[in-house]
Amino acid sequence: MNEAAVPGGPRLVASGRVRRRKLVSRAMESVASLASGLAVLVLGVVVISVLLRGLPALSLDLVTTTPSTGFDSAGGGIAQALVGTLVLVGAATAMALPFGLLVAVFVSEFSDRRLARVIRLALDVLNGMPSIVIGIFVFALFVLAHGQSALAGSFALAVIMLPLVARSTAEALALVPQGLREASLALGIGRWRTIVQVVLPTTLGGILTGTTLAVGRAAGETAPLLFTSSLAADEISGDVTRPLASIPVTIFTYAEQPDPVYHQQAWAAALILIAFVLVANVLARAALARSRRRSARG
Amino acid sequence: MGASGAAGGRPLLSARGGRRSRIGDRLALGVTGSAAALTLVLVGLLIWKVVDGAWPAIARFGIPFVWERVWNPNVDVYSALPAIYGTAVTTLVATLIAAPIAIAIGLYLAELAPRRARGPVGTLVELLAAVPSVVLGLWGILVLGPFVRDHIEHWLGGALGWIPLFRGQPQQAGLLPAILILSIMIVPITASLSRELFLNVPRELKEGAYGLGLTRWEMIRCVVLPYTKGGVTAAVVLGAGRALGEAIAVTQVIGGFWGINTSFFAPGETLASRIASQYQGATTGLQAASLVYLAVILLVLTLLFNAFAQWVVSRSTIQVGR
Repeated sequence: MNEAAVPGGPRLVASGRVRRRKLVSRAMESVASLASGLAVLVLGVVVISVLLRGLPALSLDLVTTTPSTGFDSAGGGIAQALVGTLVLVGAATAMALPFGLLVAVFVSEFSDRRLARVIRLALDVLNGMPSIVIGIFVFALFVLAHGQSALAGSFALAVIMLPLVARSTAEALALVPQGLREASLALGIGRWRTIVQVVLPTTLGGILTGTTLAVGRAAGETAPLLFTSSLAADEISGDVTRPLASIPVTIFTYAEQPDPVYHQQAWAAALILIAFVLVANVLARAALARSRRRSARG
Repeated sequence: MGASGAAGGRPLLSARGGRRSRIGDRLALGVTGSAAALTLVLVGLLIWKVVDGAWPAIARFGIPFVWERVWNPNVDVYSALPAIYGTAVTTLVATLIAAPIAIAIGLYLAELAPRRARGPVGTLVELLAAVPSVVLGLWGILVLGPFVRDHIEHWLGGALGWIPLFRGQPQQAGLLPAILILSIMIVPITASLSRELFLNVPRELKEGAYGLGLTRWEMIRCVVLPYTKGGVTAAVVLGAGRALGEAIAVTQVIGGFWGINTSFFAPGETLASRIASQYQGATTGLQAASLVYLAVILLVLTLLFNAFAQWVVSRSTIQVGR
């Protein structure tokens, strides 16, 4: 790498040219480190801004009460949005998780290579689709005819979660050693039971990771809900046939209000959301690293 | 995939429970297969429903919708050019800013960073991608916007005011904050994709370059970058594709102005932000259909970007001869 003096050989002296080349190299290396520092700095600034502005507004009232009505609408909380997000994301997970698992099992255990490629392509197309387009899709599918509902909203979220769950599960299934399957089949156990009792249990970590990441993503999505579940009443409800409030849509609408009280509540809601999403991400990554290490050891 | 190589999966000794498990296998194949088929149906349905929802506007305005400028609910006339202009400018400039930074981060994480720093820094960069866009937008309008107005635009206007792009009154909401927010969104995507590419450069090539006495940067320039050219291009295009469709954060910071301004300081609108900002106004038939028409344009652009990225990747892997 460096021109160390070779004993007995010709002495290599760093001439001006070499020195310049090394200098250029150093400079470019520093630029690259600076770029990474910049990205980390931006993340830090965003998180710290949300912390500084959100923490003072965070209170028990905020998460347990609904917005107060009337002229003194300064008070109140965002409990309806918390409950709404729980319902929306819960329903979306209930749709996307089993469906995504089935798709992944088909792609990696049953289908031939060409069909698997087609389905992967379809999942990639879904994954690359802007979330506002998915919102418009569900708007055209349900909302134009039946009006907004939490069901439509959670369906839109499920469309976003599906490729994430299916792809991470398929990746986890691909890591299962072929010998394990063959051993089970050799014992006379059918394909189906092999999958359920041998293959899937070993991939539980991967499935969990993928699902957690997908839940984190869905919890923060605003665009799919704007056209499907945004015109909600300010009351705590779990009725999926009506539109429900959600944390992201609440932040979106509160940020546009002129009254700074709403801004404070938006910051507090953002703090709750970002804490949930970042914790989910860190946990998922840690679980993935652990299961990878274990499978590498085993 | 590989399991089909495991000889049809039929157990050789099918004395007990053989038939039952064969029925179970058929059933499992049927259930998982129909889920997979439904995925294909879902993609088809998505494209069909979006085009179908836009049909009244497509039938009424036709292709000229793309280059007309009017959006007027009073006379029920709609078109798309200002949004297309805003999308093109913000996506292009944000990509130009983000791509070099992202590639540099990829290089740092794959080649330069001390081993102990790689994991944590890589995780932090990926966490940046996990920040919900509505939070980034809130930060954009209430923190970044005022900063851009008071410092960046003030300075840009003073130093580069002779360029029409940097002329005009500094404002809190406008194209420039949108460009910056989009850059922040592109960087982690392109960075983590290109890091994977850089990590896959064969060791022998790198060591060969070092053996010839190249410095680290020369090795990167002559070996790593040429080897990964196609993949990195695709990573940049995928990042741009993300910026193209971002609705929420852009809506929050771009100012929502229907028109074409050459200045980056002025407010504007993108396809996605127009759709998102009109969610309550989507009441009359033709206006709602026109919003969906904007989504059709967005859909087509997204598919083109993704197809282009795939094409670049397939072409470059053939060239490398894998």
